[in-house]
Amino acid sequence: MELMFAGLALGGLYALLAMGLTLQYGVARILNLAYGIFVIAAAFGAYVAKVQLGISPIVALLFSLPLGFGLGWALYSLLLLPLVRRTRAGPQLDIDSLLATFGLMFVIEGALLWIFGGNFYSYSYLSHPVYIAGTPVEANRLVVILVALALTLLLHVGMNRTRLGLAVRAVEVDPATAVLAGIDARTISALVFGVGGAVVAVSGVIISMFLPFSVSMATEFLMKALLVVVMGGLGSISGCLLAGMTLGFGETIVARFIDPGLTLAVNFGLFIVVLSVRPAGIFGRTV
Amino acid sequence: MRSVFVGAIRRGAPAVIIAAVAVPPILIDGYALSVAINVAQYGVMATAWAMFSGPTRYVSLATVAFYGVGVYTAALLGGSMPWAIVLLAAALSGATLAILAGMLTLRLSGVYFVIFTFSLSELLRQIVTWYEVNVHRSVGRYVFLDVAPAHIYSQLLGLLALLLALAWLLRRSRMGLALRIIGADLVVANHIGIDTAKVRVLLFAFSAIFMSTAGAIIAPRWTYVDPAIAFSQTISFEVLIMALFGGVQLLFGPLIGVASLCLVFEYLSIQFPDQLIAFLGLIYLLIVYVMPSGIVPACSAVGQVLALREKAVA
Repeated sequence: MELMFAGLALGGLYALLAMGLTLQYGVARILNLAYGIFVIAAAFGAYVAKVQLGISPIVALLFSLPLGFGLGWALYSLLLLPLVRRTRAGPQLDIDSLLATFGLMFVIEGALLWIFGGNFYSYSYLSHPVYIAGTPVEANRLVVILVALALTLLLHVGMNRTRLGLAVRAVEVDPATAVLAGIDARTISALVFGVGGAVVAVSGVIISMFLPFSVSMATEFLMKALLVVVMGGLGSISGCLLAGMTLGFGETIVARFIDPGLTLAVNFGLFIVVLSVRPAGIFGRTV
Repeated sequence: MRSVFVGAIRRGAPAVIIAAVAVPPILIDGYALSVAINVAQYGVMATAWAMFSGPTRYVSLATVAFYGVGVYTAALLGGSMPWAIVLLAAALSGATLAILAGMLTLRLSGVYFVIFTFSLSELLRQIVTWYEVNVHRSVGRYVFLDVAPAHIYSQLLGLLALLLALAWLLRRSRMGLALRIIGADLVVANHIGIDTAKVRVLLFAFSAIFMSTAGAIIAPRWTYVDPAIAFSQTISFEVLIMALFGGVQLLFGPLIGVASLCLVFEYLSIQFPDQLIAFLGLIYLLIVYVMPSGIVPACSAVGQVLALREKAVA
């Protein structure tokens, strides 16, 4: 039981992390390598809010949504749109956006290291146990699970049941044809980067609630999000949830019963198995 | 005017760089030698990277995976085997890893390949860490091999010369033509009967051999290695940015990028040790936004503008 909740919390977190990335890549066709460092930056934001300003992480969570959206939107409109224009969204865009977001990652990482140093940070919030069917579960893990599920549901409904979601999916399938239907692919991409930014901010705040974090963990979060995205199939929200849970549970079980040092090897093993059976991911279309 | 200018860069710059890189190691010592070793090591890796990623347009972030494998081969075998065998073993391990990784990624395209190669380095780092902690019982490892810095330098130069010669031959061979077609259009390449998968895997392995050999050669220089140093993702990205800065279309392009950026990084790491990472990031952004196709084409563009002005005046 306890194992199940640990797996659920970790899986929910991975799914959440991957959702922002899959939306950004699936729609804007830009792989945002600065994703992991934004997550960590949000975690530090929540830390400063809690420890120095005395703001509850739940309040920080609410504030992080519009803030993250604004930052994501600005990132696309100011930094990435010039690249899209220059490359006319051709193959060169892959390389250019990769380098640009990696450069951005270094800049933010350098700034964070300068301010906070390389140590691990954590604070205690809602760490008292709650009993569910007789099993003690830390309350903050429950918050993680609930937030992850709520956001997944929200995004799923938003993508599949609204006009805007329809437009987003149209751009995802074919940006060139979407224009013919009166959809401005660039506005939609900027919007989706904003949504991705909001997801990043929420993930960061959640992480700061239940895991110790440091600047160097950015790469790890980025990579796990990437693995989940590719396994789930690009642009698929339900794929993210399934792949995220698979990784979360796989990792928890291996860490508990075999060796905590091998979690990444397990993730990667699962990744290779899934990709050799279904190269486009669990729910993916052929690429 | 323009042709003279570009010609001067095309012909003159490589000569200057070769002369600068190949300064007899006896003439320099200490600090200068350590910078020269750095230039030679990145020169090998950036040229090898450009050989695969330039024509095929597959961006590989596995550079440090091969490099780290080379470093660890030397660290494990260096004490007990003759040096030539160690280098051969490093080359073979790099090639094996590249062939395995290449076959797994055969069906992947574009960004999937980037993600895969990026995770591969991270995976190797974790596996080696696990092995060192659980089997070797210590994360770090000391490499006590008696190889003089000047000797390391000449080995790297030899490797670089071999690589440049092979890369030059490759550009003139059928394989080189096949590669350029793959880079231009994968579908066309498949249709005219090129075994695109085989060509890709072979070339990937070929470039990996040089990366892991460079890792093995440089290992004695470090004396202490741990997985976080040997498999640092930064190396992959430094190689990538150096190659792109110089321009991957020219044979000597990556070398030009390496020579200039190594010096810039060296200067920054002395002047601003705490803000180094942020500066690296700014350099990346500068390259992407200001000179996307590398410094040599950027200079040619300047030459073009000058030529136009001359015409306008006349």
